[in-house]
Amino acid sequence: MSDPDAFRADVRAWLEANCPPEMREPVRDEADVYWGGRNATFKNDAQKAWFEACRDKGYTVPEWPKAYGGAGLTPAEGKILRQEMSRIGARPPLSSFGIWMLGPALLHFGTEGQKQRFLNEIAAGKIRWCQGYSEPGSGSDLVSMQTFGEDKGDHWVVNGQKIWTSYADEADWIFCLVRTDKENKYQGITFMLFDMASEGVSTKPIKLISGNSPFCETFMDDVKVPKSYGEDIPGYVGQINRGWDVAKYLLGHEREMISGAGGGDRTSAIGAAMKRMAGELDPVLRAQIAMFDVDALAYSAMGEKFLDEMKSGKGHPAQPNMMKYVGTELNKQRHELMMSVGGSRALEWESEDTGGGKPSRNWLRTKANSIEGGTSEVMLNVISKRILDLPGA
Amino acid sequence: MPLYHDDDQAMLAETASQFMAEEGAIAKQLRHWRDRNCKDGFGHGLWKQFAEMGFTGMLVSEDDGGLGMGSYEAGIVLEEIGRNLTPSPFLASSVLAATALKHADDAARQRWLPGLVSGDLVYSVAIDEGAKHRPERIKTRAEKSGNGFRLTGQKDFVLHGASADMLVVAARTSGADEDADGITLFAVPKDAANMSHDAVRLVDSSMASHTKFEGVELDGDAVIGEVDGGREVLNAMLTAGRIGAAAEGVGVARGAMDMTVDYLKQRKQFGKLIGEFQALQHRAAHLYSEVEIARAVTMKAAQLLDGGSEKADLMASVAKAKVAKAAGLAVREGVQMHGGIGMTDEYDIGLYMKRDRALQEFLGDMYYHASRVADMSGY
Repeated sequence: MSDPDAFRADVRAWLEANCPPEMREPVRDEADVYWGGRNATFKNDAQKAWFEACRDKGYTVPEWPKAYGGAGLTPAEGKILRQEMSRIGARPPLSSFGIWMLGPALLHFGTEGQKQRFLNEIAAGKIRWCQGYSEPGSGSDLVSMQTFGEDKGDHWVVNGQKIWTSYADEADWIFCLVRTDKENKYQGITFMLFDMASEGVSTKPIKLISGNSPFCETFMDDVKVPKSYGEDIPGYVGQINRGWDVAKYLLGHEREMISGAGGGDRTSAIGAAMKRMAGELDPVLRAQIAMFDVDALAYSAMGEKFLDEMKSGKGHPAQPNMMKYVGTELNKQRHELMMSVGGSRALEWESEDTGGGKPSRNWLRTKANSIEGGTSEVMLNVISKRILDLPGA
Repeated sequence: MPLYHDDDQAMLAETASQFMAEEGAIAKQLRHWRDRNCKDGFGHGLWKQFAEMGFTGMLVSEDDGGLGMGSYEAGIVLEEIGRNLTPSPFLASSVLAATALKHADDAARQRWLPGLVSGDLVYSVAIDEGAKHRPERIKTRAEKSGNGFRLTGQKDFVLHGASADMLVVAARTSGADEDADGITLFAVPKDAANMSHDAVRLVDSSMASHTKFEGVELDGDAVIGEVDGGREVLNAMLTAGRIGAAAEGVGVARGAMDMTVDYLKQRKQFGKLIGEFQALQHRAAHLYSEVEIARAVTMKAAQLLDGGSEKADLMASVAKAKVAKAAGLAVREGVQMHGGIGMTDEYDIGLYMKRDRALQEFLGDMYYHASRVADMSGY
């Protein structure tokens, strides 16, 4: 790699010149997150300027090759960029399931044509993707899924229902697990890509205990999915009937994302902010927060080690399951503590002071963390089997 | 710098792992000396071997005849010590005393370091007063006397104090008991008059002393660092020592966990391997997660210390507290999952529980360090 100190200095200067002050404020709500896509709008000029600067520099996906819209950074350079962004509190310029999930799967399994088209679209924030995995009868036991694609030669006709599709009502395209062989459980699933505007696709938001609807049900009613979108651009990733391999690979990235390990270094304790909120902390609550901070700060070191190892190929392939398990459990604990610190104010559901009930809605939202993307119990099963090699697991 | 071993560190880890598994094994060292009621609590022969391996002086600068390595490398050795429950003066002598002596003048370094590096001499540190680690408050006094000082007070939890050739003693040369300033560190030799040790065996078979100083006369050259300026040196010792103790604790945790996971794969009840029961699988998987995280934060703290980061002190406390949680869980789950055999002296898992308990207490337990994290973070 380049000289690390020189690279750091360059990054620092570039951020100084290109990251507007507003984009260094913590993310407060959904409107602060830029997801891109065909119908995307910017909240303000700063968000637009920051996104465009990063896009042009390849910093929406810094470690992807330049040919696919990235900056071609080495893992060590990527780490420096994350550290420098985290140092000034820079927001991610673009958030997307394309970056976190489909992108890594395409980098690994995609054809050159798929990479050229889809990765560049993702990096430039042109297409917003959603993920079609779970079904009403297939949650933890995902492989039992039933959505079926009937082979019609140059296309499939897909029928079925997906659930918990995040932001399906706002997404442009979906990557979707579809059964293409009913006889073969694991080797009978194809990882398809199709436009959410296709005829026969409909979505219905699901109202959650938080009162918000980040997830949808997605219905597919005789949806025609082409096997090819052009030369060297198949309408599926990997091989037909081998989509489970892609799905498993991608679940690793999803777990990494949910665990929060993909973020920058978070090495500050939450206790001080809590004290400012509460004025004074009950001694037992202070003690609980201190024990939480020990766990959270230790976990941030684990996040750093995990990423370093993954990027150098040293990590255990099942380690994302551990990260996901611990990260989500910690996040739930954090919100429990924040509710306790907030007292009756944190109970307000619609008040202006709470930004429309953020403390309580966020607290409730975190309860899904240890369910979505594989429950904590499934994570523990995987650790038992693949890392500890326990019998019959 | 990535948070994993580079090639040299990986090689050191392999060497230390092999050495400790062979020479420092439980049967060969811990049980051997315990069953002979050894008054030192460790074997001098092994300590000479540590010297031959270069471990004793690994933190000592190359100019002073050591290897000039860092806290990260010491942690690699300590993790293997912990895994094998190898009794040795390494933490007290090669980490704590060696860190103190970095701050000593040329004469003191020339006097004390050759013996530390060669393993001919064994050092310890006298910091605690009372049963809990409270280094913020130091009562032991050293008053000006002629050209030197006169030391009075009592220290506790002095590891293998009665066997040590030299003690690094933290004493007050000015101010009140609770003052941050006014601390001075002294190198007190074994044969100092008016020093006495009440040596006691601890739960983990190690030896520690209640050490009394009843007017111990010391020359001016016994001072390590500056008179009244010892707090900074003491803090440096504590940070290095806490990270070291955490690293050893990681080894204890991993040793106990590996033993337990192996047992789950061998023991049959109800016609099944007990490792097939999900109730145990999930507990083992949770334990694995905690131990991995404890290891990561210990490595991180060492890396920060070696890099001169101001965050090292905070992360040392995080590491010490996290390791206490994780290692405590490892030994408790270890004994429980072993069932009855885990309660027997013949089986090793109980030895891990005992060592963990002593190590948790040394240089501050998890409550002390969690509270310190809160203090340092401003709440």
